[in-house]
Amino acid sequence: MNASTERRQRLASRGVQAAFLIVLIALWYVATTRWRVSPLLLPNPVPVLSDFWDILTTGEFIGDLRVTLSELAAAFVIAACGGLIVGYLVSRSHYRIRVFEPLFAAVYSVPIILFLPLYVLFFGLGPASKIALGASISFFPIALSTIAGFGYVERMLVIAARSMGASDYQLFRYVLVPAALPIILTGMRIGFTVALLSIIGSETIASLAGLGHRIVHLAEAMEMTRMFAYIIFVVAIAAILNALVSALEARVRRAR
Amino acid sequence: MTSRTTWTAAALRAWLRRPWLARIGVVVLLLGVWLIDPMFISPPSRVFMSLDALLETRGVPAALRVTFWELGIAFVLSVVIGLVIGLPLGLAPFARRSFMPIILLLYGTPQVTILPLFVLYFGIGPASKIAFGVSHGFFPVIVTIVAGVQNIKPILLTSARSMGASRYQILRHIVFPHMIPSFFAGMRLAMTGVLLGVLLAELYVSTAGIGYFTTLFTQSFDPTRLLGLVALLAAMAIVLNEIVRRAEVHFSRWHSE
Repeated sequence: MNASTERRQRLASRGVQAAFLIVLIALWYVATTRWRVSPLLLPNPVPVLSDFWDILTTGEFIGDLRVTLSELAAAFVIAACGGLIVGYLVSRSHYRIRVFEPLFAAVYSVPIILFLPLYVLFFGLGPASKIALGASISFFPIALSTIAGFGYVERMLVIAARSMGASDYQLFRYVLVPAALPIILTGMRIGFTVALLSIIGSETIASLAGLGHRIVHLAEAMEMTRMFAYIIFVVAIAAILNALVSALEARVRRAR
Repeated sequence: MTSRTTWTAAALRAWLRRPWLARIGVVVLLLGVWLIDPMFISPPSRVFMSLDALLETRGVPAALRVTFWELGIAFVLSVVIGLVIGLPLGLAPFARRSFMPIILLLYGTPQVTILPLFVLYFGIGPASKIAFGVSHGFFPVIVTIVAGVQNIKPILLTSARSMGASRYQILRHIVFPHMIPSFFAGMRLAMTGVLLGVLLAELYVSTAGIGYFTTLFTQSFDPTRLLGLVALLAAMAIVLNEIVRRAEVHFSRWHSE
């Protein structure tokens, strides 16, 4: 009885979600056909869909996607290596934590995207400035969570392992890492999200190639249909990447 | 005598080991690294000296003032919209189960992909920046308010109802007081989001406002004034963040005691 009402409620909320989506698309369609909204502001969904299909089948997205993804990969790898190493080194002493943690937290609260003009000035319009910006933005959540993970391992666990004769390596492998991993993984996921955001953002503002650049280019050329198709494409890519990272995180968490 | 000198030496060493002192040392060291290459990166002293020249540049103070107002309006709007959507969602379980996945999905997608659309719809003036800031700011308010309402212990609601509290009384005396900590946490996240959104839009529009000057200084290779402008904006961001964070600490105290 209870289980069946719960299932019915879940079905009902799925129904509401589907209805919401359908109403949204219907409104979009009606707005463009009946209410005479200018196609420059809102193109009809049907040509947008066919353009989307066109982009997928002709594969013209591959060049931009490759640029964006390689920038993302480079930025994230740099940020993850730097953040893990710096965070671990800082977390090894109580004094260093008290010196560096507030510093990192203060910098993290500043929107680093502000410094994009400086990055462009130093690294040029190409991928280098995006990689540098993405890496420095996603460095801070990773470093902070590594400090939080390794720095606040329960002393009891460390003392117990030591008194049972654990070596440095054993302490690291069997006590510190399992204790710190959940927090570090959360930090890495946040770091990945902000890296993706800042790379697409900096491509939108100043760049020569990449998905963000493509969207701005189409907007300036007033090719609204194609632009909407690309927006759908980028949102889908972002959703897929986020889902992949979440799945990876869950898997590592379970394997711990 | 000797014991006294060793005592002062130890005290001095202990005093030198204060974390905040070392923190200042690290910052000074970083600024020192800055001095090495004065061609590309203007030394901090020169940036500081040129701040008044920057503020005398025609249009810069006005652009900074406009950005400040955009941040304020976008923040207030995000909090209001977040409250108006978040409270009913938190109080109605069915609506929450139906719409929260949609909201979380939208929150997770990078809105910067539709930044050109905002400029197209709202123009290059303050409206597009405010709208883009709001689009970043109101999602965290919704999410934290829903979480806050959900975390109210059911026993409080049950006992209030069994003692005959009206719907208004429950809202006034149970829901609102328990929402305050999560509300302020949401406001802090909203401020972070609004700063990101407004500054992104400001940088994107390169024909007016901050974006015009950053583009101008970059293209005319004037790192001193560019750094000065960025430093002023960063100071603005830090002050706004700090105000909201202080408010959060202040108003959540009773709850955690």
